[in-house]
Parts: sequence; structure tokens; C-alpha cells
Amino acid sequence: MMTHARNAAVFNQDEARTGWHDASLWHVRSKRDAAAAEVPEWEYLREFASDIKDHTLSKLDVYLEAFEKAALANGAMVHWAADAAEHNELVLSILQRHGASRMVKSKSMLTEECQLNTFLEKHGVEVIDTDLGERIIQMLDEPPSHIVLPAIHLKKEEIGALFHRELRTEEGASDPTYLTEAARHHLRDKFHAAQVALTGVNFGVVETGEVVVCTNEGNADMGVHLKPVQIHCMGIEKLIPRRSDLAVFLRLLARSATGQPVTVFTSHHRQPKAGGEMHIILVDNGRSRQLGRPDFRSSLKCIRCGACMNTCPIYRRSGGHSYETTIPGPIGSILTPGVDLKRFGNLAFASTLCGSCTAVCPVKINIDDQLYRWRQMAGAAGLPEAGDRLWSGILGKGMASPTLFRYLGRLGRFLLRLLPGGGRNIPLTVWTRDRDLPAAPAESFRDWYARQPKANGE
Amino acid sequence: MHIGLFVPCYMDQFYPQAAKATWMLLNRLGCRVTFPQGQTCCGQPLANAGNEEAARASYNHYIKTFEGFDFIVTPSGSCAYHVRHHYDLLDKTETVTAVREKTLDLSEFLLDVLKISELPARYPHRVGLHQSCHGLRGLHLGCPSESLQKTPSRLHLLLSMVEGLTLVDLQRRDECCGFGGTFAIKEPDISVRMGRDRIKDHLDAGAEVITSGDMSCLMHLEGLINRRGIPLRVMHIAEILNAGSP
Repeated sequence: MMTHARNAAVFNQDEARTGWHDASLWHVRSKRDAAAAEVPEWEYLREFASDIKDHTLSKLDVYLEAFEKAALANGAMVHWAADAAEHNELVLSILQRHGASRMVKSKSMLTEECQLNTFLEKHGVEVIDTDLGERIIQMLDEPPSHIVLPAIHLKKEEIGALFHRELRTEEGASDPTYLTEAARHHLRDKFHAAQVALTGVNFGVVETGEVVVCTNEGNADMGVHLKPVQIHCMGIEKLIPRRSDLAVFLRLLARSATGQPVTVFTSHHRQPKAGGEMHIILVDNGRSRQLGRPDFRSSLKCIRCGACMNTCPIYRRSGGHSYETTIPGPIGSILTPGVDLKRFGNLAFASTLCGSCTAVCPVKINIDDQLYRWRQMAGAAGLPEAGDRLWSGILGKGMASPTLFRYLGRLGRFLLRLLPGGGRNIPLTVWTRDRDLPAAPAESFRDWYARQPKANGE
Repeated sequence: MHIGLFVPCYMDQFYPQAAKATWMLLNRLGCRVTFPQGQTCCGQPLANAGNEEAARASYNHYIKTFEGFDFIVTPSGSCAYHVRHHYDLLDKTETVTAVREKTLDLSEFLLDVLKISELPARYPHRVGLHQSCHGLRGLHLGCPSESLQKTPSRLHLLLSMVEGLTLVDLQRRDECCGFGGTFAIKEPDISVRMGRDRIKDHLDAGAEVITSGDMSCLMHLEGLINRRGIPLRVMHIAEILNAGSP
């Protein structure tokens, strides 16, 4: 069984919980639908955003250098990281230069991708995730199960039990307001104690050299404003040419993600504070390789809203952890095979190709087409998920032979009809574990048709 | 106008009554329809499994079988979508392009080519419509719920022409049923769960029958219905559109 299917089977053992997970995320999608419907020019915005991203990616080298130039002119320090290891070393070196051993971090899927926390902890640095959902899963030592809602797989009672254990909240308390208040007090101490603040980046604006961070909790701002040293880590695909382009992306991002008109905080960080330092780390980590693949290039347009996860009937019924990737769900399933096809190629098959992901994507990434293309890559690479090559070849030849096709069809139906109950629940395939086979009729359509009088001039 | 009828391979073998209904319906509407006996399969099962190169022979065979017809009509959004959208492996010769573009789902042919506005059909039952994803999002037979347009789908329009038919309201009007071809075998647990969720939605809405433009979705749902003895039936939309015929 494929890795994802095996994980999904475990997830589905708890039927009630699977239903709850599905309903929670469907609720988020419904909020997205309602929010998008409020904007008459929604489809136009999606098209516009897609065009801006396509354009930017088409001359990314030029834009990256222009962004660096503008950021340097603002007094920021710009670093380039070819991969996760370089990125992590860069962060560590900044911390060490300032003798820092405590850091607060706001939400950043990139640092998840680079496994920054693990790396820094190994070097004696305490890293505290300050986004509430991120902090919860950090306490549990789990990866996020969703890129916008990292702890969506947990029930509030489970968070209550965790906080009782970790933060000494009352036993059995699960009121979200009460628990959030406890987290605020806990995090406040961590904010004060930290020496450096690190954030992810939603958009890097080329013309101004600023980075834009969108959050709902203000935790990124709290960190950056309190600490003299601020670090912003971004993938190289996060650039947009002009500040005015934000007028397109900010309208799409929060509506697509959670159904909010805009995130509570949209913070523009442009220059270091007096006496402080502002670092921007630009990370490749496989992105230029993806950029070089014409069929998959547009996956880099992603603005990490998570709408494809919320609408995906498979994600909703298997949970983010089933994908075993930093970015789960449909978008992760077209990004991650590019990192390691052998390991993650199976994700291209964790889809019915229903296309709902493509239909909600605010930057119009053709996700289902790319899933289909990754399947072909998996087939060409001889991965087991794509089935046996030799057998497929034989099948392919047989499918082009009308005679063989007709006789195999007849033979199959004949054999099924010999079996007890018409063979409808023979334990031959996975199909019949939970489903009957259709009843095999005595006569196929083509055999029936051959008996009809030819009245219409054949 | 000469129509070539393309019957999906599994429908030919397991659901001949749906293919017969398509053939009869087209004949009743005055079309000259031929079912070329040499036809096989559109190749989608191999291609969706990641072996489109192995499917090339069946692509070529499809083109050869159906060149020369004015339209190729198939009672399957999914097969029509595959031919139109995924035959890019073949060189875009004039013949290939023509056959691909002229391959239509039954509902497209009835509404966009024949432009019918009424049907002599009668089916006095409570019916739930299951939109197949390849028909809905692939061929754009309607607007999916996540898009913001609200125009009724081609299948809705056709069912509204059937006398006595009551279309039930679903909670999730176009969620995938979980069939997905090889997905049903590769991811059996999610596939079955998705199917059960669809069935429950139709049952809760009081449907007696689930219909669809794609028999493959219905084969999956019927398999679950029969195994569990659920009081629901499945019928291809062609069978309903042809219901009450003499």
C-alpha cells in the first residue's frame, strides 16, 4: 500500500473523528466561498494575481537582484541560502554573533521545511513558536498538519489537557478564550526573555525592498518590535514587483485562507530600528530546480493560503500528517515530488483528480493537471505506484485490439456469472472489500447492438 | 449529420442498459447514430495510473475509429474530458484535433449541438444528481460550488425537462464521490468514506435514485449501496432522459 494510503487508513479507523475533521475544514471552505462572493471582481483578481506571479517568475533572477539592491539601500542585510543547511547555518551565525540563546519565531513554513527548530535546539538555542497553533504543536512535538491552521487536527479538549499539563490551566478546562489567555501569559514571558525575533515572509516587494508579513495574532510584530535583531526568512518565489501589487494579493490571501476580508495584521518591515539589525535570508532549497521544469513551474506561484487543502475531499478525510510533507494537501503533492520523486511520488496518486483545488486556487495554479503530470513522471521513473510497466504495456496493446477487447470482455462476464452471487463480492481485489461488483449482464452493449437491424444506413 | 457513439469500456460490459438508453435517446431525437464495433477504450485507466505512453496505442485507435464522424457522442463526461484534455501525447494533426474537439459528452451534444429545449420523458421520482468531477470541472458542464457563478449545469437543465421528476437538494452539491479510477483501489479507505458520505447526503435529502452523467461514479456508489443494502438505486442520466419511451 502507498504511504499516504496507509496513513489514511489509520486516520479513517476513527470514523467519528474523520467526520469531525472533514466538517471543520468544510466549514473553512464555506467561509472562503462566502468571502469570495463578496468581491464582484473575484475572478478578475485571480487572473491578475496569476499573471503577476507568472511574470515575476519569468524573470526571477532580475527581480531577486533588484530586491537585494533595494533592501541593502534600506539598511537591511541580505543573505542567500542555496539550501536548508545554508539557511540554518546563517540563522545560527547571526544568533551566535549576538550571543543569543533564545529566539521567538512567528509562523514560517519555510523554517519548517528547513527543520530550523531542530537544528537550533541541537546548538543550544531555545526557539519558541509564538503563533498559537504553532506553539500548541511545538509543545506536542508534532509537525503542523495544515499551513494556515497548524493545529486543526486537534480538538479543544485535547488542547485543554495539554495546557493543563504544560501551563497548569484548570483540569478539564477547554474554553477557547480561557486557554488563549493562558497561552498569552505564557508567551509574554517568552517574548520578554528572547534576544532575537525571526519571522516568515508572505511577500517581498521588489521596488521597495520591504518584506510583508500577514498574521492574525500580532505575534510577528510583537517579536520584531521588542528585539533589536530581526530576521526574515523567505523563499525566493515570494517576490512581487510593486507595492501596489499587494492590492491584488492581500484581497485574495485572507479570503481564500479563512474567509476574512484581510488578516488582522499586515506588517511591512523595511529597515532596521536604530541600533538594531534587519536580516533577510533568501532561500532556494530546490525552488530554482522547480522553476526549470516547464510543467511544474507554476506551482511556485503559491501564496500559501491553504484553500486547496480545505476544499480537498482527500485532505479533509486523511489529515495533514498523512502526507508526511511540510506542505500537505494538493499543493504539497505537486511541490514535494520535485524534491524527492521516489519518496513523495505516491502523493500524486493521493487524489481523485476532482479539480476542486484548481478551482479555488487564488493564483490559478493548475494543480490537478500537475498531479496528472507527476503521475506520468512516476510512471516513467518506474515507481511501484504507477503499476507494473510490462503489464501496462501489454494492457495498452490489448486495449487497442477490438478482437481481444471483445473476447476478454465476454470471458470476464462469463466467469463472473459462474460464481456464486454473480461474483459480486469475490475477495479478488480491494474493490470488493467494501463494495459489490456490478452484476455481470449476459450480453454486452456491443453484442446487443450487433443483433439490431441496421435501419440507419450503416 | 452522422454521429459516432462511443461507449465507455466498463459501461459496455457492465451497464449495457445505460448505453442502450443513450443510443435510443439519440435515435428518438432523429440522429443518425452508429456504434463502430471496432472501438475499445479511451485509454484513461492507463494514463491516470501514470502510464500514458502505454495508452498511446488506444489513443491512436480511438482517433482512427472515429475520424469521419460529424460528432462523437459519449455518455461520459470523464471519457470526453480525457480525449479532449489529455490526448496531447498525439501530434496535433488536423484529424486528431477534429476528432478530439468533436468528442462531446451526451449533455453537451443535446444542449449545445441539438439545442433541445424539451424532451418527451417522464420519471415521477425523487432524484439526486451526482455531478462527476470530470464533467463539472473538466468539461465545465456547470459551475462548481467553489466558483462564484450560479448558472444551472447542463445536467440540471436536462433533468428539468423530465416530467414528474423532483430534484432533491443536497448539502454538498458537487463533492467528489471518491471513485477516481485507480484511486478506488489505491486509496480504498478514503474512497469508501467519500462514497459513503455522498450516499448519506442523497439519503438525507430523500432521494430514491442517484443519477449522474458518469456511470463510473455510480458503479462505485452502487457497489457501496448494494453491499450495505441501502434503499437507493443508481441510474445513468441517459436512462432517465429516455424514461417513458414507448
